[in-house]
Amino acid sequence: MIGNLDYTTLQQLWWLLCSVVGALFLFLTFVQGGQSLLWQVARTDLEKSMLINSLGRKWELTFTTLVLFGGALFAAFPKFYATSFGGAYWVWILILFTFIIQAVSYEFRAKEANLLGAKTYELFLLINGTLGILLIGAAVGTFYTGSNFRLSSYNLVTWTHPLRGLEAAFNPFNVALGLFLVLNARTLGAMYLLNNIEFSGLADLETRLRRAVRTNFLSSVPFLLFVLVNILLMRGFGVDDQGTVSMVSRKYLANLLANPWLMGLLGAGLPLVFAGVFRTLHRNSSRGIWFSGTGTVLVGLTILLLPAYNQTCFYPSHFDLQSSLTIHNASSSLYTLRVMTWVALFIPVVLAYVWYVWRAMDSRKLQIADVQEKGVY
Amino acid sequence: MVENLDLSMVNWARAQFALTAMYHWIFVPLTLGLSWLIAFFHTIYVRTGNEEWKRLTRFWMKLFGINFAIGVATGIILEFEFGTNWSNYSWMVGDIFGAPLAIEGIFAFFLEATFFAVMFFGWDRVSRRFHLFSTWMVAVGSNLSAVWILVANAWMQLPVGQEFNPDTARFEMQNFAEVVFSPVAVTKFTHTTSSSMLLAALFVISVSSWFLLKKRHLLMARRSILVAAVFGLLASGFAAFTGDEAAFEVAMHQPMKLAAIEGLYQGETKAGLVALGVINQAKTVGDGRDGFLFKVKIPYLLSLLAKREPGAFVPGIHDLVYGNRTRDIMGAAAKMERGKIAVDRLDAYKEARKAGDEQAAAAALAEFTEHKQYLGYGFLTRPEEAVPPVALSFYSFRVMVMLGTLFPLVFLAYLYFAWKDRLERVTWLLVPGVFMFFLGLVAHEAGWIVAEVGRQPWAIQGLLPVTVARSNLTTGTVQTTFFMFLVLFTVLLIAEIRIMTRQISIGPEGE
Repeated sequence: MIGNLDYTTLQQLWWLLCSVVGALFLFLTFVQGGQSLLWQVARTDLEKSMLINSLGRKWELTFTTLVLFGGALFAAFPKFYATSFGGAYWVWILILFTFIIQAVSYEFRAKEANLLGAKTYELFLLINGTLGILLIGAAVGTFYTGSNFRLSSYNLVTWTHPLRGLEAAFNPFNVALGLFLVLNARTLGAMYLLNNIEFSGLADLETRLRRAVRTNFLSSVPFLLFVLVNILLMRGFGVDDQGTVSMVSRKYLANLLANPWLMGLLGAGLPLVFAGVFRTLHRNSSRGIWFSGTGTVLVGLTILLLPAYNQTCFYPSHFDLQSSLTIHNASSSLYTLRVMTWVALFIPVVLAYVWYVWRAMDSRKLQIADVQEKGVY
Repeated sequence: MVENLDLSMVNWARAQFALTAMYHWIFVPLTLGLSWLIAFFHTIYVRTGNEEWKRLTRFWMKLFGINFAIGVATGIILEFEFGTNWSNYSWMVGDIFGAPLAIEGIFAFFLEATFFAVMFFGWDRVSRRFHLFSTWMVAVGSNLSAVWILVANAWMQLPVGQEFNPDTARFEMQNFAEVVFSPVAVTKFTHTTSSSMLLAALFVISVSSWFLLKKRHLLMARRSILVAAVFGLLASGFAAFTGDEAAFEVAMHQPMKLAAIEGLYQGETKAGLVALGVINQAKTVGDGRDGFLFKVKIPYLLSLLAKREPGAFVPGIHDLVYGNRTRDIMGAAAKMERGKIAVDRLDAYKEARKAGDEQAAAAALAEFTEHKQYLGYGFLTRPEEAVPPVALSFYSFRVMVMLGTLFPLVFLAYLYFAWKDRLERVTWLLVPGVFMFFLGLVAHEAGWIVAEVGRQPWAIQGLLPVTVARSNLTTGTVQTTFFMFLVLFTVLLIAEIRIMTRQISIGPEGE
């Protein structure tokens, strides 16, 4: 079965798989969003503890999805891995930095003798929840706006901007995408907490969380619109049959029209995001996260797929157009993609046990008594 | 192919990788080993229903969690560092090296991440059986991740199942099964996991000895020691056996690493093993001086261990650098000549292809193919560069082996006094026992140095030197991130030690 798939199909399949992992990561950034709400929404130590313990049972899932996103890109598109990480050095190093400090914060924050004090670890969580996601958004934005690099004839990268990747954070489109992701993560974070916590005795917290859904969602809409309108209007990096790269006007609009199923993803994703917010705010529902979360996955998927299919460079260089990466010139060999496709058949098993465990653990919501036990975060 | 080579940048990038890997390596072996011990403790609790075992399980789990978090924190940077600091490496071998990393994510990390939360918070949320299952899954997941990262590392030591593709100018995978079941991968995994179990046993012994000295939690400490000493003794035996296998693999596939570990400059038949020695730091290859200022040798042992034959010839550094005709060994110098031809012909091939001259391209390709197995040597500037740091390899190996010999004796002593029911009174054993965990860490770090420093100057043994594998970064950039990580990891390590010691001194009372 897999042996019959041709090289092009496998390259497209692997971009789809990487994008699914990336889109799931964007949904799971509700953890980061929740972290960034900590200072605003939780007024008492008890409320703080409720938030951190609720998020603390999920943070590793988000973290692992990010690690897998990196690993999948390494295995399937090593030239991207080499070009982007080795080139846009500072933006990735800073992103990683925010995830390193996140990884210790849940475990260390409430423990005695933790050297830096609880407030510092909470600050670490805030930095990860805001700066970390903002920079990820800026880095993803370069899929559309391009970067500053050239590749040698041996495909070795030279970055041509002194900020080495951080320049991405000064482009309005990239920043808008980053801010949308931050605000969307906060909206999702509030919805997840509404879903996960038992609010008896914590009515004020619930009210504040619902308010946070409203304000963060409303603030995210202009950035989302800015990003979407720009995507439809902007010039894109097209590549012809000979492999020559050129700027093509309304490229991404053309890609959308050429792939109606992408339009379908976006057309289903956006209403779902809105539906989740609507149910949370007007139906007093605690299940908004499932709607907005699914919507985020679909919108995220569209954003990741749109610049890769239909003869487009997914990692373009505006410094040297011909150095731009496509899913075809950046991929692993046919053999490796085949091997990896066999491995990927295991992914549904992973999704199944994650879902099963999530349900088993969350069948009872987090109560005040749960965070008063020994050994909690 | 290599432009603007900046050696100091490469060395800083190596230092940074060593820093992150060695910090990571403080925490990971404990995670690997302790996960099994906790699974045993938890199983005993579920079988007996005895609350004392539950408290004991929860206590070790708590320490596991603290250690796990910082292991995760230092781990993420390692994966991405291949891209950030070694981008040419990522491109040139990513076709092979990326796969085990992605598989590690799919098969192992999700098991750990998913069941970790159940193990910690599942006490009254899921059924007893499912909870126990989750604890076992954390152990399985952790150790599966070791499988895949060690498959990747083993491939750096013995790059099997690949072929250089002149059109893409990178190494591409030809046979996945060869990569996964490479003999080096198998011994690396068995040696790493067995020595990790040994380390976890030492950890339990150290903490429990401290409790016994303080006359606290006596029952828990005695029970923990009993399980840990049996477990540790078995692990020691297994670690010694697999360590011997690993050394045999090195002798077969990385003779230069072996020669450096032994400080062996001139090859010998009936070679003896230097049990103790002081390396002559002034010695350089080919200067005719003795490599040692002082040494105690056990005759025949090196030939026996390395070649399984007491009379066999073991090549020395000199033979491997300059060649040895009588023994039919091609030296690095000769390999370099061939490698330079390969590099040059690859250039010519690419030029001809670009110019559309297919005939010239075919001619260049034929010459390249003839010499391509030495391609990596073409990037060296002097044959002496092929020699890894001798003193560091030599001493690290000895530290590892001597400590590895001491540990089973310690476990035996603990078992003997536990059997005699006199553990609380043997202060002379308990006091050094408290420090055994730190010696275990030293042994682990020494082992890492032997494996990775001994591989120098290669990122991929014989194929890709570190000077080519690097990213195009300035020295200042890498220095900056080096110090960033040094400060951050050191602060986190201090925090971890403080939290850990506090939790130990609180003990299982509150559980």
